[in-house]
Amino acid sequence: MDLPFDLLGNAIISGLLLGGFYAAITIGITISFGMLDIVNIAHPAFILLGSYTAYLANSILGLDPILSGCILLPAFYALGVAIYQVYNIAFEGRSGSSMLGLAFFFGLLFITEVSLVLVFGVDYRLVEAPYVGPSLHAGSIDLPLRLLVPFLVSLALIGALQLFMSRTFIGRALQAVAQDPQALRLMGARPAGIKRIGFALSIATTSIAGAILIVVQPVEPSIGRDYVGRIFAICVLGGLGSFAGTVAAAMILGIVESLTATFYGPSWAPAVAFGLLLAALTVRPAGLLGRR
Amino acid sequence: MQNARFIVLAALAGAGLFIVTWLIDNAYIFFAGYVVLQYIVLATAWNILGGYAGYVNFGTAAFFAMGAYTTVILHKTTSMPLPLMMVLGGAISGLVGLGMGYLTLRLRGTFFSIATLAMAVVLQTLITNWNFVGGSRGVYIIRPASSPVIGGDYIQYLFLIMLLLTVLAVCSARAIQHSRLGYGFSAIRDDELAAEASGVPTLRLKLIATVLSGLFMGMAGAPLPYYVTYLDPPSGFSLSYAVNTIAMALIGGTSTWVGPVIGAILIGILQQVASVTISSALSLLIVGLLLVGFVIAAPRGIVGWFRR
Repeated sequence: MDLPFDLLGNAIISGLLLGGFYAAITIGITISFGMLDIVNIAHPAFILLGSYTAYLANSILGLDPILSGCILLPAFYALGVAIYQVYNIAFEGRSGSSMLGLAFFFGLLFITEVSLVLVFGVDYRLVEAPYVGPSLHAGSIDLPLRLLVPFLVSLALIGALQLFMSRTFIGRALQAVAQDPQALRLMGARPAGIKRIGFALSIATTSIAGAILIVVQPVEPSIGRDYVGRIFAICVLGGLGSFAGTVAAAMILGIVESLTATFYGPSWAPAVAFGLLLAALTVRPAGLLGRR
Repeated sequence: MQNARFIVLAALAGAGLFIVTWLIDNAYIFFAGYVVLQYIVLATAWNILGGYAGYVNFGTAAFFAMGAYTTVILHKTTSMPLPLMMVLGGAISGLVGLGMGYLTLRLRGTFFSIATLAMAVVLQTLITNWNFVGGSRGVYIIRPASSPVIGGDYIQYLFLIMLLLTVLAVCSARAIQHSRLGYGFSAIRDDELAAEASGVPTLRLKLIATVLSGLFMGMAGAPLPYYVTYLDPPSGFSLSYAVNTIAMALIGGTSTWVGPVIGAILIGILQQVASVTISSALSLLIVGLLLVGFVIAAPRGIVGWFRR
């Protein structure tokens, strides 16, 4: 009887791949919430926007979804700049702003979702690409390309962002801006300008994250909500603003969810993230790799 | 104005409203009026925690649906009267609020908000997997043919119950606002650290606010199965409850009891009209746009226009 072992191995491998994908959808929140302290709960809605633009490019022009995600990066960056501009003028530095800022992003989440319903309806949409169907096989382990390709794209995206953060002045300024805007000003950088770049980058990642989401699973407008718990659970567990922590936490959530889905049924998987989030908030709010 | 006098006035206003709707005797008025009243309760309940104490709850739908599903369970197992079901539904929502609050309210307010959003998803998963209450297929509840006590169609009874709950919720919210509790809440909202330093028991007050808020939301949800007669998880946990509630409180103005009432009446009526004349998806979009617009341009809401 090697069946349970195969099942376990497969569950862990697909959990790892799923975790890589989760890291890509969380990395934007790691930047905006973790580093800049902007609680963008509308992030999943922008990811879905990315999925639907990839869907349009794929179904109308026949473009590869991930390629179209890369092409649309500047458009999402511009969207991020516009949203930050409104956020900065309306909320930053105003009294009671944290509550209003939350309500603002909640409103954006809802508007995006309802607009997507109005335009695309509530049917599931999917894309066509050579890697959506087939799987690689290594012994008894299956590697579905539908998960493997997003996993690799995700690691490339996070690697590129990590290089940007550690090697460039703007990247280092981004890491500093939430901690000490005054000191940053002394270094000759404008905190609002740096935060704008950071927030726009976080929205830009949703272009690629959305494209790989629609590769991983068919999408409909309301699934963004299922990801709110996951994204913030990973971000908190990963220690708010740490890329390595985000990847590690995403892998853990992916594996736990995959095991839950294999042994208890897929309909229980969404509850796992919340359990992890509550556990993280209760036991260790500083996250796995956080300083405490 | 003294609390006792306000309660008498509110009761008179409620009685007047009921007599007027009863004289019009049009079933649609009762159906539409019920929804508006339900939103007055929800917005008022949300405001106790969100407006007074400054902690944003995105889980309105979860507290509301917990009340509704408590009724489903009680309906299947017992034959108790609706008001008692409402008390039990409210108690369960309040207890869940207490547990959630105890785990997350010691941290920054943002974490509480995120946890409430995630909680809604998890409770929906639980209900979806629980066949006894209908699971993902949903559950049919047969509405009694006629009203107890007052006679007439059952919807009149539901309307009356919701009206009484509205009076209760608004009077409580007003009493809280002018009590020691209310002053404690606003101290937390304005500067939690300073409040804590001046001896305000912040965690205990926040927990009280969460429980009260959850209690009223659960009570507002308890009659829902009899109102809709078919309840499934996506409709009970619909995000639109959370959006509408927050929009109503913020558009009306969050610092006083009267703001959510004004917001709920205006937006509630607007939605009833817009869903009939345009479409329900578009009416939700309008509410979302109004919410974002008000938050940006008039953060103190309609009440803020009349005060400086």
